[in-house]
Amino acid sequence: MRREGSAFQGLGVVMLKELSDNLTSGRMVVMEWLVVLIAICVVYTGIQQIRELSAEDPFLLLRLFTRSAEGVPNLVYVLSYFVPLVSIGLGFDLVNSERNQRTLSRILAQPIYRDALLFGKFLAGLVTLSVMLLALWLMVIGLGILLLGIPPGAEEVARAVVMLGVTIVYAGVWLAVALLFSIVFRSAATAALVALGLWLFLTFLWPMLAPYLAIPFISDSISSSSDLLSQLGILQAFSRVSPGALYAEIVGVLLDPAVRSTQQPLLASLGLALVQPGSIPGAPLPLMQSLLIVWPQTVSMIAGVIVLFVIGYVVFQRQEVRA
Amino acid sequence: MSEDAVIEAKGLTKIYGKAVAVDHISFSVGRGEIFGLLGPNGAGKTTTILMMLGLTDISSGEVSVLGFDPAREPLSVKRRVGYLPDTVGFYDALTVADNLRYTARLIGFRHAEREKRIADALRRVELLEFADKRVATFSRGMRQRLGLAEILMKGAQIAILDEPTSGLDPHATAELLGIIRGFKAEGVSVLLSSHLLERVQSVCDRVALFSNGKIALMGTVPELGRQILGGGYVLDIEAEGAGLAERLALIPGVTGVEKTGIGKLRLQAERDVRPEAAAEVVAMQGRLKFLGLQEPSLDAIYTRYFESKPDEAIEEGARHAA
Ligand SMILES: Nc1ncnc2c1ncn2[C@@H]1O[C@H](COP(=O)(O)OP(=O)(O)OP(=O)(O)O)[C@@H](O)[C@H]1O
Ligand SMILES: [Mg+2]
Repeated sequence: MRREGSAFQGLGVVMLKELSDNLTSGRMVVMEWLVVLIAICVVYTGIQQIRELSAEDPFLLLRLFTRSAEGVPNLVYVLSYFVPLVSIGLGFDLVNSERNQRTLSRILAQPIYRDALLFGKFLAGLVTLSVMLLALWLMVIGLGILLLGIPPGAEEVARAVVMLGVTIVYAGVWLAVALLFSIVFRSAATAALVALGLWLFLTFLWPMLAPYLAIPFISDSISSSSDLLSQLGILQAFSRVSPGALYAEIVGVLLDPAVRSTQQPLLASLGLALVQPGSIPGAPLPLMQSLLIVWPQTVSMIAGVIVLFVIGYVVFQRQEVRA
Repeated sequence: MSEDAVIEAKGLTKIYGKAVAVDHISFSVGRGEIFGLLGPNGAGKTTTILMMLGLTDISSGEVSVLGFDPAREPLSVKRRVGYLPDTVGFYDALTVADNLRYTARLIGFRHAEREKRIADALRRVELLEFADKRVATFSRGMRQRLGLAEILMKGAQIAILDEPTSGLDPHATAELLGIIRGFKAEGVSVLLSSHLLERVQSVCDRVALFSNGKIALMGTVPELGRQILGGGYVLDIEAEGAGLAERLALIPGVTGVEKTGIGKLRLQAERDVRPEAAAEVVAMQGRLKFLGLQEPSLDAIYTRYFESKPDEAIEEGARHAA
């Protein structure tokens, strides 16, 4: 049955309202201060480390994201925790708050479809997260340039920009998770707890579980290096269920031009080095090459956002409006 | 009636799993009419309303609202119909005016028109002075009025009000019913639901009495009264004068006179004998203090109807449980 009019009528209005709600809420103020603190902490400790590196390093600025001082985590590590928490904090009550405030049926009695409401809320959340991450990114880069006193190269900036984009997609995954739970659970507290529980599971328990789950698929004999690589691939496939692992893989390649495969860190932890025929180990890859390596991971993360959103959309369409 | 109907339902049905919430109901609401959907809790009033707004799927049957099918053309319906949900809520963090501004933007009003409509609507429900206050502190009565303001602002042709008076004190109820009469005066059709029969009886032109998802009775209140309570008019008279009761009993059409108190009489009649009764009292030089035609009470009609049809009521209960 064809529906009358556009599914997105009123989308802009919903988005602007949600955006202004997001930007003026107390939650947001807390998070903004957190961002500032993180940026200052990370840059300050990172700079100490980087000063010791040779000034000849052409990717000095990128080291700011990946180098960590003793006992202080690096920026990428901090982001991989901070981003899901902020996304969940922003999204866990998007739909159920409308129910609990009894505004849902009143708003849906206006000439809009449910699509516009849900999409507007999601987009507003994504824009809010993007603004926050962009602010953090600009602060880190700005402070970095200021303190290091070296202007960054074009490729360095390009890599950092792509990394920002990937981080926003990563935030989108968790926002979609939170949105889904805010649709499924009528109580905001339940939705928040379940979302946090899932995050805890995927972040802390899954990395421990995944190798055991992969055992049945791994043969005992490793006769060649290609055997080893394919088995590492199986391990990786299991770990990638966690968006955090996917994010770490992508960013690891993007921010270090010397990394030629997402398996490199795994190999390195086994004390092995990846040597590809016709390439010089440790030589930097051009940006396009790095992008090609992580393209599948990036696409799967985007697909994850879409799938999660669609599930939420379908559930929402089938729900009764009354409480 | 039919060509001037703004809402027309035919065999409208809603089934939740195995339970039938609304069972083949048919009714129509005329332009400028106040129509009441009355019935006890769980009778299916809210479900009927949600189907008319396209907010829940219709299991079978059809309904047309201003000529549009809510299932296929929900936007056209929702643009022209105002809805006050049974528990209406607003964004507590926003001001009164901002709440209405959001709705006005969703409807698509431009800035200048928006501000004018909002101010007009708030003035009508006497909330203008609170325009810049947050809704969080509002009482239930104020929220209901704000809900009506939203419908006024929308310029709706039909106002659908679900339990507009529930939880309100008598004063707030009277105020609200006043605003609802105002709708009618402007040619806006009103469909309202309630389980408080006597409260809304005074404003409704016609009512449909719901029971277990079916419309048990439909018509104007006096019509239903004659139909169910047996024909006849009941007059209350308060007057002083000796032998008044006997004289009044002689008026043609009066079938009975009953003393209900000191100087108080109740007349049963086949027709409206108010003019004759007044003339009698004056002719006897009695002092007429009160003369009124008793409206049949919906409560009485409802109770009587289900008393007289116990079989059906039991059968309904059994079907529902099955
Ligand atoms: N989502 C649902 N799933 C199953 N049954 C439902 C659902 N919503 C309503 N019902 C049932 O449908 C019937 C009609 O409910 P409805 O809310 O329309 O009644 P109502 O007349 O508005 O009552 P009230 O005066 O309490 O508001 C009830 O028996 C109710 O239990
Ligand atoms: Mg109801």
